[in-house]
Amino acid sequence: MDLRSLIPVTYLIAAVTFVLGLKGLSGPKTAVNGNRIAAAGMLLAVAATFFDIEFQSYGTTGLIITVAGIAIGGAAGFTGARVVKMTAMPQMVALFNGAGGGAAALVSILELTRALNGNTATPGETISSMLGLMIGGVSFSGSAVAFGKLQGLITPRAFKYAGQQIVTSLLFGGMIGLALVLTASVAGYVVVPQLAVMAGVAVLALLFGIALVMPIGGADMPVVISLLNAFTGLAVAAAGFVLGNQLLIVAGTLVGASGTILTRLMSKAMNRSIGNVLFGAFGAAPSGGETAGAMRTDDGRTVRATTVDDAATLLAYARNVIVVPGYGLAVAQAQHNVRELADLLESRGVNVVYAIHPVAGRMPGHMNVLLAEANVPYEKLMDMDAVNPEFPRADVALVIGANDVTNPAARSTKGSPIYGMPILDVDKAQQIIVIKRSMKPGFAGIDNDLYLDPKTQMLFGDAKDAVAKLTAAVKAA
Amino acid sequence: MSPEAVVGLYVFILAIFVGFEVISKVPSTLHTPLMSGANAIHGIIVIGAMLVSAAIGGPLGLALGFFAVVLGTANVVGGFVVTDRMLAMFKQKPKSAGSAEQKK
Repeated sequence: MDLRSLIPVTYLIAAVTFVLGLKGLSGPKTAVNGNRIAAAGMLLAVAATFFDIEFQSYGTTGLIITVAGIAIGGAAGFTGARVVKMTAMPQMVALFNGAGGGAAALVSILELTRALNGNTATPGETISSMLGLMIGGVSFSGSAVAFGKLQGLITPRAFKYAGQQIVTSLLFGGMIGLALVLTASVAGYVVVPQLAVMAGVAVLALLFGIALVMPIGGADMPVVISLLNAFTGLAVAAAGFVLGNQLLIVAGTLVGASGTILTRLMSKAMNRSIGNVLFGAFGAAPSGGETAGAMRTDDGRTVRATTVDDAATLLAYARNVIVVPGYGLAVAQAQHNVRELADLLESRGVNVVYAIHPVAGRMPGHMNVLLAEANVPYEKLMDMDAVNPEFPRADVALVIGANDVTNPAARSTKGSPIYGMPILDVDKAQQIIVIKRSMKPGFAGIDNDLYLDPKTQMLFGDAKDAVAKLTAAVKAA
Repeated sequence: MSPEAVVGLYVFILAIFVGFEVISKVPSTLHTPLMSGANAIHGIIVIGAMLVSAAIGGPLGLALGFFAVVLGTANVVGGFVVTDRMLAMFKQKPKSAGSAEQKK
């Protein structure tokens, strides 16, 4: 028996490991092994591909290109993944995702070029290639922009200009139009310079990806990255159709499905549709940011500022404390300080748990990762649904850099842009301490009634700094 | 439609169902590692890149093939390593660390 006939079997095994890997990720105990099983499957599939008859037909040229490419790409990926800080993880995922999208686009280009040169291209193959090229290209350039925004290389603000929607629509329409022209020419209806048209589709896809992501604000990037992750999956599946490779189809589709669910979940948690994220004016430059600095509202309610010592006393003599961490904590990298404070409180007999909103941090689950990095036990982290009934029993809710997810307006104010968004019922706690840099509104651009609640005290300052001072003060208390 | 394409469509449709079924059960706390893990899995495109690495000759064709392999490998290796790092933090610490005072 020819050993080569075993290659499809190894691909099947790899596909199974991917499903098992994703399944393993469904629990904290099985996740590590799940990820490693999938990695082992990947290794097996790559190793088997070296024996593929197609690959071997390239002789030493193919071997050199592949080995060099794997060495360089592997070193870059490994180094990048090892040195990245946990808080910078979202942009790292964006970068790796863009790499996958770029690879899928290139594979589509190469395979279709070969078919066009050999006059063996079919309309079906052309459509698949065009999908792989367009989706992969958009994912590549879109991810690059998302990375730049999160890394601070380009403005994280929503970048808007006059006639923007027209330009974006033209790029999209032009891209689809050219792809159709190429398909028609392969089907024999028109005669065009095929390679030039394909290059045109590639350029328009890259430009469209940039035009799509530039107008989206930094706070929405997690949703965008998740969406682009799904895109890359679909691009890989399309490339699988072009190559007639079932493993690519399975793996790409699995990711496409997961990315779609994640994206919907994330935008739902923010009470926004995906369309709203992509095309809404919501994440625009700080709307009404100027007036929001006021410490007093029209109806005479005031914001009460507190001191570190007062807040520390309140915490030190509480029985139940719920910590509500948010984006501000992630940005200030205060997770270790918060854990220290919590440990100190617990040594004094205070019961401390963490309330995790589904979109706390920069993406779902990001806050869990950050807190886990600071050695906060997994059991201390409570989901929104589990923790909400606990708030009335909490002596103190300590809100650190969270804003919109605590705004009671989501429950009560029909006209509010966040009305209907699931929130943490922080306002039901006995006392509330909010650590925040300023009165600036969150990314929803609206004021938070919680800050005007008579039970609320504001402790202004950088999250890391304020928590460190709190810890020192609790020690002294 | 070629029989190969039909088989591909079968695989595609069934994989959608498997994807939804497997993934909808993941608790939200693990969504970031899941996204990162899924991100690594679409790095499987690297085998596609190998299979077309030298499909068209000439400097441009070979350069594109080379870049495809580089990008695909970076996706795979970076994706799995970053996910592993994230998950290492979820590992249960030796019992004594976290279970001092449990439950209210």
